[in-house]
Amino acid sequence: MPATLTAPIRPADQLAAAFARQHQSSPAWLQPIRQAAWTRFLELGLPTTRDEDWRFTNLAPLSALPLAPASQGSSANLREVVFATLSGPCLVFVDGHYAPKLSEIGALPPGVRIGNLAATASGEERALAPSLQSRASKQSAAFDSLNAAFFTDGALIHVPDDVVLEAPIRLYNITTSPDAGSMINLRHLIQVGARSRATVIESCLGQTDAAYLNNSVTELSTGAGARVEHLKFQDEAAAGIHVSSLRLRLAQGSHAAHHSLALGARLARNNILARLEGEGADCLLNGLYLAVGEQLMDHHMVMEHASPRCDSREFFNGILDDQSRGVFHGRIHVHPGAVKTDAKQTNRNLLLSDEATANTKPQLEIYADDVKCTHGATVGQMNPEQLFYLQARGIDLDNARRMLMHAFAGEIIERIACLPAREELDQLVWNRLEQNPHIAA
Amino acid sequence: MLEIKNLHAGVEGRQILKGIHLSIQPGEVHAVMGPNGSGKSTLAQLLAGRAGYTITAGEVLYEGQDLLDMDPEERARAGVFLAFQYPVEIPGVNTTYFLRTAVNAMRKHRGQAPLDAVKFLSLMREKIKLLELDESLLKRSVNEGFSGGEKKRAEILQMALLEPRLAVLDETDSGLDIDALKVVARGVNRLKTPQTAQLVITHYQRLLDHIIPDYVHVLHDGCIVKSGGKELALELEERGYDWIVKSPLQTA
Ligand SMILES: Nc1ncnc2c1ncn2[C@@H]1O[C@H](COP(=O)(O)OP(=O)(O)OP(=O)(O)O)[C@@H](O)[C@H]1O
Ligand SMILES: [Mg+2]
Repeated sequence: MPATLTAPIRPADQLAAAFARQHQSSPAWLQPIRQAAWTRFLELGLPTTRDEDWRFTNLAPLSALPLAPASQGSSANLREVVFATLSGPCLVFVDGHYAPKLSEIGALPPGVRIGNLAATASGEERALAPSLQSRASKQSAAFDSLNAAFFTDGALIHVPDDVVLEAPIRLYNITTSPDAGSMINLRHLIQVGARSRATVIESCLGQTDAAYLNNSVTELSTGAGARVEHLKFQDEAAAGIHVSSLRLRLAQGSHAAHHSLALGARLARNNILARLEGEGADCLLNGLYLAVGEQLMDHHMVMEHASPRCDSREFFNGILDDQSRGVFHGRIHVHPGAVKTDAKQTNRNLLLSDEATANTKPQLEIYADDVKCTHGATVGQMNPEQLFYLQARGIDLDNARRMLMHAFAGEIIERIACLPAREELDQLVWNRLEQNPHIAA
Repeated sequence: MLEIKNLHAGVEGRQILKGIHLSIQPGEVHAVMGPNGSGKSTLAQLLAGRAGYTITAGEVLYEGQDLLDMDPEERARAGVFLAFQYPVEIPGVNTTYFLRTAVNAMRKHRGQAPLDAVKFLSLMREKIKLLELDESLLKRSVNEGFSGGEKKRAEILQMALLEPRLAVLDETDSGLDIDALKVVARGVNRLKTPQTAQLVITHYQRLLDHIIPDYVHVLHDGCIVKSGGKELALELEERGYDWIVKSPLQTA
């Protein structure tokens, strides 16, 4: 027997073999892009805590996994899934592959295109090329490259100018794979034309006990004067690892709101890069993370103020219990000439246990005059003055704590404009918090 | 109704109250005056059950029960109410929701059925008019962004809704303009019955023109150094505290 066969197959070899297969089955235009991305991934390797952008987020649970692309999932349970009762177009991806039987797009206004990339044989998928080759996000370069090398599918949403889409578009990214080390790479492209309005709700859910990596990239651009709301609901399986990149590009006078609700996963890293490219654009990044056990929830934001008179708001609240960790890294970069920038950032952390940790790092880089940038962060227990005030009005301590906890989460949830989603999340987050034994003193 | 005997209390290593004696009967209004830092708010907060004070001697009986042994919410339900000198802001907790929760906690304690949203709203409308508060405040978070005067009036609104037997008002008049002072005083006076008592902490005689005390006490350095009738407040207004502090301890 040849010696090479007796040696165990190293995970990296396994991934290289998987890449070769992925590369071979790709269309010609994509092959060089995939190859470049794979080469870059190998160069970069997984980030370590020596990398400033990953200082608080140790990827040890990920590097232990034998990564390989997930095999095509059979089916997922959608009956009692979050937002199941909402109406509007719905695209479901199971283990990285589009599930047409579970999806429903319905009738669309003229010019609006909603579908999965793999199905658009018309070449529309080539619209992805710039995003696949983009090196914009340094903080997520390794994962973005991994995604470009392996992505299997994703949603393509194109809304032309002057169209108002009332109903939210739902994207489900469900992992069911029973194999440890399954890797899911989806890539969504969302383009909303000038003066148009749209709401997109991305739900990342796990229906497996296995440890997996869900590594998605979402690219969202707005036309002038557009209004877009993007909500990501992350409730991965307990052993799952979630890494996502969201890249927002805002044209003149447009408004984009992104809400990140992070509840699940063993480790979740959300890279958000927002570029305010047109004058007078405004961007809201609004996040709530609830962590228990050994969960780690990381939000890493870069807000690029590249034009004058843009507003950005970042509000992130975390409720951390047990030995969990919350990480917030918010960089605000005001480019030369981006006068009258108004940027505000707050991160508040509520610690329910002595062993929970919050790391918060604001980073302001200002190269323009006449700008307003503020940031604030708090880490602490429930405010005893507030508790006492409620008790002094006859409300028992247990209830007083609940009220404050609800307020803390509610402050974020309140900012979601899509009413049915907001109401459902309000209830869901509340139920999740109620399961926590530490809410009672 | 309230019996404070030889109360000594403080915070880590620092004595603030140094032997308070005070007895309040139903139907009475007591005013407590005294220089800044003399311990007035400490006394008020202790009665409401704020944690963090060490009681080194003495006792407090409320309707025969050991008040210091009760949780803050138990005291509130038993009818003790504190209008805070500095009401805390609670972002994210809706004022109406908060008030209804508090009222229903009291009702439950008294064996009454909870008020539904509609019944509660009509009760609140009635009380809010009394205090000439803007109804839009009720839609906001508790005390958040309220002006100084609004906060004080909102405290009395809570008092009107909760109908306490013993109300402790800690400088409810500070920060109020003359008209608001009258509104607040009217609100407080309406709640006065032969079964209820009030302990009013203030720096100014002008409040006592509207809320007329039966007794006035001067607190200085953690002790009640002088007690008298309502005319004592007038005298203090004229002469300040020096003459009392310098003269030997006396009580009326
Ligand atoms: N938690 C605390 N820690 C340390 N010192 C305290 C604390 N609470 C009160 N004190 C001190 O005790 C003293 C009495 O304070 P208190 O607030 O009771 O005064 P007051 O009579 O209400 O004054 P004012 O008229 O200014 O409201 C002050 O010197 C104050 O600094
Ligand atoms: Mg005081």
